[in-house]
Amino acid sequence: MSDIHANGDMTREGEAGFGDYVALLKPRVMSLVVFTALVGLLVAPVPVHPFVTFTCVLFIALGGGASGALNMWWDSDIDRIMRRTKGRPIPAGRVQEGEALGLGLALSGISVIMLALASNIAAGLLLAFTIFFYVVIYSVWLKRSTPQNIVIGGAAGAFPPMIGWVCATGSVSLEAVLMFLLIFMWTPPHFWSLALFMNSDYEKAGVPMLTVTHGKRATRAHILVYTIALVPFALAAGFTSIGGPAYLAVAVALNLMFLWGAFRLWRRDEAQAEADGYAAEKRFFKFSLLYLFLHFTAFLLEAGLKSYGLGGW
Amino acid sequence: MALNAQHEIHSRRFGRNLGLALVLLAFVALVFGLTVVKVTRGDPMQGFDHTVRPEMTPLDPAAQPEAGQ
Repeated sequence: MSDIHANGDMTREGEAGFGDYVALLKPRVMSLVVFTALVGLLVAPVPVHPFVTFTCVLFIALGGGASGALNMWWDSDIDRIMRRTKGRPIPAGRVQEGEALGLGLALSGISVIMLALASNIAAGLLLAFTIFFYVVIYSVWLKRSTPQNIVIGGAAGAFPPMIGWVCATGSVSLEAVLMFLLIFMWTPPHFWSLALFMNSDYEKAGVPMLTVTHGKRATRAHILVYTIALVPFALAAGFTSIGGPAYLAVAVALNLMFLWGAFRLWRRDEAQAEADGYAAEKRFFKFSLLYLFLHFTAFLLEAGLKSYGLGGW
Repeated sequence: MALNAQHEIHSRRFGRNLGLALVLLAFVALVFGLTVVKVTRGDPMQGFDHTVRPEMTPLDPAAQPEAGQ
């Protein structure tokens, strides 16, 4: 007897492995979600049991992964066109669109309900809103209709520390809003600096990226303006209950460096950038990652110092 | 064709099934752990236990002695 399934029509050449489903959840994006949500939870004034903390962060990350899968389902048409995204599970033919939709919806439901059960209803609702915002407002509506897509989409990435905070306290406060604004205002300079040196096919895919619609000169100006607008929020967090002298010192140094980097990008023109292979743009992009990481590490440091009777104001 | 031919698709499906099994087991462990933590910390929760609980029936105001008497 032979196994008809092995060679028959029921098997697809590109049938998915377990890793393909994991890839749908955008694990690299998840690392930022995990870190910022964890910091939001740990710096909150209400102590949370370590196992509950672990569970909350896990389901916030899973919610982020679910929205990633839904995003890949919706964007599979443009993912097929762009070189950067051609290898994703759906364009590569390893996962069917319906599978990504099903996985995304199922994980959204599971993550929201489990987060609400593990912490509180408010946190669950906020996670549900984040998934809705990323998938419907950003992916479906704004991504293909406005060059400010990155700005608005940044809100989805900015919610995790706020959700972490709400898991611990049950409500939103100034500190949570400032952590949200820190990521929200940081996202445009971060992504636009990447767009300056990445040879992307956004134009071919019909995505109105700022570099395509308004050119690189305008993008450089936008980076500078958003960086200037970011600074007050980053510093203001230092004067709240999650800040302190250590955070403020780190924030002042990082913001001066970030401002200087944005100013240098603004002064450069395309000829200069092409001459040195976009070295300054690449440096600015790398520094932007460090910028966000160190700000949240400084929040953690303040929380750690407080437990020894130090830190804070 | 050999009776026990192992097509590449079989090993991929096995990997997928194994992954799913591990995820489900981890989920069970997680819910169990969460329950233990919540119960031992005395979080407010109630389970339906098929018995009459007088403390849950609404009080009849007429049956209550009035304050001050």
